[in-house]
Amino acid sequence: MTEPSASPRPIRVSVNGVDHERTVEPRLLLSDFLRHDLGLTGTHVGCEHGVCGACTVAFDDQPVRSCLMFAVQADGHRIGTIEGMADGETLHPLQMAFWELSGLQCGFCTPGFLITARDFLARNPDPSEQEVREALSGNLCRCTGYQSIVAAVLEAARRLRQAPLAGLGKS
Amino acid sequence: MSEIVLSATPAHLRHGSNIGQPLTRRDGILKVTGGARFAADNHPPGMLYAVLAVSSVARGRVAALDVAAAKAHPGIVEIMTSANKPPLALDPDAKTNPFMRRLELLQNDRVRYANQPIAVVIAETLEAATEGAALLSPRYEEEAPRVRLDAAESFVPPAVGVGHPSEAEIGDVETGLAGSLRRIEATYETPTQFHNPMEPHAIVAAWDGDALTVDTPSQGLAMAQARIAELFGIPAENVLVRSPFLGGGFGCKGLFTGPQVLGIMAARLVGRPVKLVLRREQMFGPVGHRAPTQQTLRLGTDADGALLGLSHHTRTASSTFDDFFEPASDVSHTLYASPAIRTSYEAVRLDTGTPTFMRAPGEASGSIALESAIDEMAEACGMDPLAFRLRNYAELEPISGKPFSSKALRACYAEGAERFGWKARPLRPREMRDASGLLVGWGVGTATFPALMFQGQARAVIRKDGTGIVETGAQDMGQGAWTALAQIAADGLGLSMEQMEFRSGASNLPDAGIAGGSAHTATAGMAVAGAGADAIAKLAALATGDERSALFGAGNAGVIARDGRLFRRDDESRSESYADILNRAALAEIEGRGSSAADPIAQANYAMHAHGAVFAEVKVDPELGQIRVTRLVGAFAAGRIINPRLVRSQYYGGMIWGVSFALHEHGEIDPRSGRPMNPNLGEYHVPVNADIPSIEAILVAEEDRHVNALGIKGVGEIAITGTAGAVANAVWHATGRRIRRFPITLERLTEPAPR
Repeated sequence: MTEPSASPRPIRVSVNGVDHERTVEPRLLLSDFLRHDLGLTGTHVGCEHGVCGACTVAFDDQPVRSCLMFAVQADGHRIGTIEGMADGETLHPLQMAFWELSGLQCGFCTPGFLITARDFLARNPDPSEQEVREALSGNLCRCTGYQSIVAAVLEAARRLRQAPLAGLGKS
Repeated sequence: MSEIVLSATPAHLRHGSNIGQPLTRRDGILKVTGGARFAADNHPPGMLYAVLAVSSVARGRVAALDVAAAKAHPGIVEIMTSANKPPLALDPDAKTNPFMRRLELLQNDRVRYANQPIAVVIAETLEAATEGAALLSPRYEEEAPRVRLDAAESFVPPAVGVGHPSEAEIGDVETGLAGSLRRIEATYETPTQFHNPMEPHAIVAAWDGDALTVDTPSQGLAMAQARIAELFGIPAENVLVRSPFLGGGFGCKGLFTGPQVLGIMAARLVGRPVKLVLRREQMFGPVGHRAPTQQTLRLGTDADGALLGLSHHTRTASSTFDDFFEPASDVSHTLYASPAIRTSYEAVRLDTGTPTFMRAPGEASGSIALESAIDEMAEACGMDPLAFRLRNYAELEPISGKPFSSKALRACYAEGAERFGWKARPLRPREMRDASGLLVGWGVGTATFPALMFQGQARAVIRKDGTGIVETGAQDMGQGAWTALAQIAADGLGLSMEQMEFRSGASNLPDAGIAGGSAHTATAGMAVAGAGADAIAKLAALATGDERSALFGAGNAGVIARDGRLFRRDDESRSESYADILNRAALAEIEGRGSSAADPIAQANYAMHAHGAVFAEVKVDPELGQIRVTRLVGAFAAGRIINPRLVRSQYYGGMIWGVSFALHEHGEIDPRSGRPMNPNLGEYHVPVNADIPSIEAILVAEEDRHVNALGIKGVGEIAITGTAGAVANAVWHATGRRIRRFPITLERLTEPAPR
């Protein structure tokens, strides 16, 4: 017998400013919905239990672990992924700083760091180095680029304070 | 820029405008926008999802699988078991060279370690495949697993690492120790560690008749291609392996693994493309690990603190079915001068997956033990640990008696100590506290890693529009091969980076050798430099032999290639562009080939290693035992630096791995079940940002004329060595407690000292 709750359900999700309507199984993870159903593969899955932060996306502007949510929970909500972080061809200051200051090596963890850092700087535009380290401690970088990641976030914060509108992406 | 003296061979290479520059990585924009395509991001039409079912026991046999229940689940396409797996052309247990792993490819019902694949479920969706794997509900006939170093009789392995002798000695250690005024003996334990790159192993396999395309992270594209070809009995040229980006490797993506082959077999079975991605817990078993060690060091000195004997014995483990023995003792061959050195090994066979290369294999495990023992010996001599290391500085490589090809270790000690402020260190432990009462300790460790080279090849083309192409099948695990090798390639062709296209990351390009052993930049770099030089030499021959060229007759003087032009070496007012030379010769392009390998004569005459010195400060809560690394300064000398920005990243990363080795990482195996008890990133601890202070990596200048013509040593692994010991030694200096079981955790630091 098929349980009623296991039946596919229609959802409507805004991802990077674009509305998507799909019918999905309730067991489909948000991370897999983004990667498999929408083809937005910039969101990476590293640990599947919310520890590594690689799959972090913005959920109504709040960073969440997309491997810990179901796609159906995103019904009616706004999702922001790494693919929507730049403003057209113009990179977000965080993206620019991560690139310029080598805040990335293999790059697998990078989208999660960027989404987390964007939210952090929105709440704390002038952080100390220690505050950056604390704020980014839910994201693992095994390569491990912590030194340059912290430097990149501090540099992006400085640039954002000078040109605050540069940080507006789509979500 | 290449300078070619046509009258002399081999061509002499100078360094142009790209090598040495701190360029940002060329793949950076792709990686910050989500555009870098990792293996699991591929999704060919008609693709199915495969999920491994893995064993929950460590030893025994699979007695039953409920295939019917799994198959009944909606969306399941096929269950691959030992009963219906496609045939292979080679026994998965065959091993014809040391660079291959014996694999579990469903060849029988035996279980030889926990998390071994026992079936593959293939479905229309990942969710259905995952559910199908759970529905298999395996039953086992279980035998008592052996997973601890004391669980089996030991033997002397025939070789350790790759072909290293398991015993080596100079002088007579027992005589040296017997004649020593001061002696120490200590046993150190290092745990099982798992590589845990952020990107789990993944493969997307698509067959087209007998041709196969796979997207999978690989540190060794050519080896992977050859392994697949022999397993499936197809020509190597039928196999295309693409690996433009690896989400970290650290050794576990070096030798092709069983799960990757299973993905290809699954695609064969169902006749459609298949994607198989390991779950994180499946990374704890079938893809290798760093084996645990027990290392006993015995050291003795004369009255002045000069070593008279050094014995380093390692007990380690391999699996029951394959050989990889962590070469931990070998680090004692090269670092400290002693008239008598002996290294030896014993090993046991355990019901685990087969260990493999893990970032600084042998050197990392061995270094933390040796550096701890050296500190204990310094303490016994009443000497400052840095002064003791300098007292025993090796001017020649101790085990071989060879001179070093270069060794700027004294400068590393000096620059690191100066930057750190080492001279203010009190000799005795437990004498420094900070304002909040935390115990403060300072430690030092020496870093070392061999300068290796493998065999590599490359192809370079200059086109009639003056632009170039350089191809080599290199692997970028994050270290920056796309950037550093392109810098070398551009200089080799005398072009700017913008005028040259660099192609890499696929098996249909010339074999660049493996990305391992910290040898990739040297190996692939020498090949691309050689390919460029070859193309330039052919171009120069065209020009200097042509009466219509401004360079006619310059053959004896030679030419210099720069900015897309050849210049007469003794008269730079005479030059000609690549485009003009090729157009006049009516050639669309000109091709050069390059290859690289270690120079056997240089190897016979010189010991080749990179070196470094790492200084660490820790703070320890005297009541809670909580340990924090608060400062870390490393100074490293590794020959010519192609890109200081990328190299610094490697040093930072290695140093953090060193902290992790000393304080965090520990794969716990349940001795009753044989299962990993912390097979996830929540419980297998690696450092997060808050664990790591601001760190410094000093690039100490070093020129090496012997390692290779570019003077490149490796930088990817060395920084773990030295750092791990420095942190451990700092914990002793803070607390007066010498913890010899790693990692040093607060419970080990606070448990009562054995009486």
